[in-house]
Amino acid sequence: MKYLCLVYLDDTHWSACPDQECFDFAKELAESGRLVAAEPLHPGHTATTVRLRNGQTALYDGPFAETKELLAGFYLIDAKDLNEALNIAARIPPVKYGSIEVRPVRELSVAGYHSFSHQAAPR
Amino acid sequence: MPGPNALEETYRRDGRKVFATLVRLLGGFDMAEEALHEAFRIAADRWPVEGVPRNPTAWLVSVGRFRAIDRMRRDGRLVPLDDVVHVVEAEPDPAALPDEEDVLEDDQLRLIFTCCHPSLAEEAQIALTLREVCGLATEAIARAVLVKPTTLAQRIVRAKSKIRDARIPYRVPEADELPERSPSVLRVIYLIFNEGYAPSTGERTTNPELSQEAIRLARLLRDRLPQPEAIGLLALMLLHESRRAAREMIAGEFISLEEQDRACWDRAAIAEGQALAEQALRSGRIGTYALQAAIAAVHADALCWAETDWAQIVGLYDALLRIEPSPVIALNRAVALAMRDGAAAGLALVEELMRLPELAHYAPAHAARADLCRRADRYNEACDAYRRALELSEQGPAKRYFQRQLDRLPAS
Repeated sequence: MKYLCLVYLDDTHWSACPDQECFDFAKELAESGRLVAAEPLHPGHTATTVRLRNGQTALYDGPFAETKELLAGFYLIDAKDLNEALNIAARIPPVKYGSIEVRPVRELSVAGYHSFSHQAAPR
Repeated sequence: MPGPNALEETYRRDGRKVFATLVRLLGGFDMAEEALHEAFRIAADRWPVEGVPRNPTAWLVSVGRFRAIDRMRRDGRLVPLDDVVHVVEAEPDPAALPDEEDVLEDDQLRLIFTCCHPSLAEEAQIALTLREVCGLATEAIARAVLVKPTTLAQRIVRAKSKIRDARIPYRVPEADELPERSPSVLRVIYLIFNEGYAPSTGERTTNPELSQEAIRLARLLRDRLPQPEAIGLLALMLLHESRRAAREMIAGEFISLEEQDRACWDRAAIAEGQALAEQALRSGRIGTYALQAAIAAVHADALCWAETDWAQIVGLYDALLRIEPSPVIALNRAVALAMRDGAAAGLALVEELMRLPELAHYAPAHAARADLCRRADRYNEACDAYRRALELSEQGPAKRYFQRQLDRLPAS
């Protein structure tokens, strides 16, 4: 059984946790064999939201901030660019009932950094 | 021999074209901006001595790209393998670069679609388009959209970092994506036009430069991606623009369509706008811009306000309401209906519409009601309604227009 842990931060605390600390924690988690996929995200303004209603795709800027809907799961995908990612997001089934927030993953600014996630299958 | 202003002229006319192509070649806005300035700096040294190159745009692209790659190499950054061949050439060879207008125009379209990507907030789309596509200075954009220059600069920086970090692609959408992607581009172009034609708030005079830029972008879209709504938007803007001189005859004052001296309308713009409106309507895929253009085209045909073909205008508003049910369009339709069927019929409709929350505090709705009350000889009500419009209006010229109407009411 796996678990997803999401971190929510406001602007004033966004950079409160140094990258090195995140890296060390992720490394420890990975070494213990419990890390399947974990990536730090760019700040909220880099996000895009997708919906499908009556067969029409609609895109919105920013994270879905209304408190009525909460995060229900995540897909880590490998896409050529934002447009391809948005096309994939528009096909994820719950897009018909909720919203899918697409956020680019950033790299930790730590010497020798590499992602601990599994790579997507080569195309 | 080149004139002393050849460089300045090239910068004004082609600077953003060179930029759009450099973004594609170098893969980033900031690098392209740097390369653009470098290219013009070198041109300032060499053109007065060597003369203006046969193809200045291709020359600038070539030099800008050459210098940027050279700099990347010196900084120890990775240079794309394809570019290494280019770097080893001693001198850039403008003849080796595609100089067709097509390539330049495609790059400008890429830039427009990137700046108007729906992942960016609308205000960011507008700011970015004015900055990157039109080349306006940050201060000028801040003045035009009424925000502090620092806020505007921040908005542009954030949008550019989103394009980079979220990897918004630099390309023109495929034909099947256009229906989804074009509306935001057309909306941004129309908003830019309106900021130059009818600023939403404040005491600002209008800015013809913004409207001209919007028309230029719409022409580019019409030429390269001739969809009915792009044609309709170009028609609509040309028809509005044709009235500018008549509309702004008295500095700082708003002159309504009814009061304008129609002899001052730009007949060439009207002819082009009307032909385009017809073309858009004939396409069979009729959108809101084409219908609004058709309404403006009917006004353009009328010798005066009273002789307007109001029946046709009401019919066009009916069609517009079917595509885009909006209280403001319904209000405009009611005003046209009052001209067709009389003030009493129009007034009943306007009063019904004003129960909608969107119109209850909308200054033009109160002004329209005031005008109809006046025409129905209900002067006390007209007076109250003009006062309400005055209270609600945030725009200097509109306020003074309502005041003039109020002053003209016969004492009851």
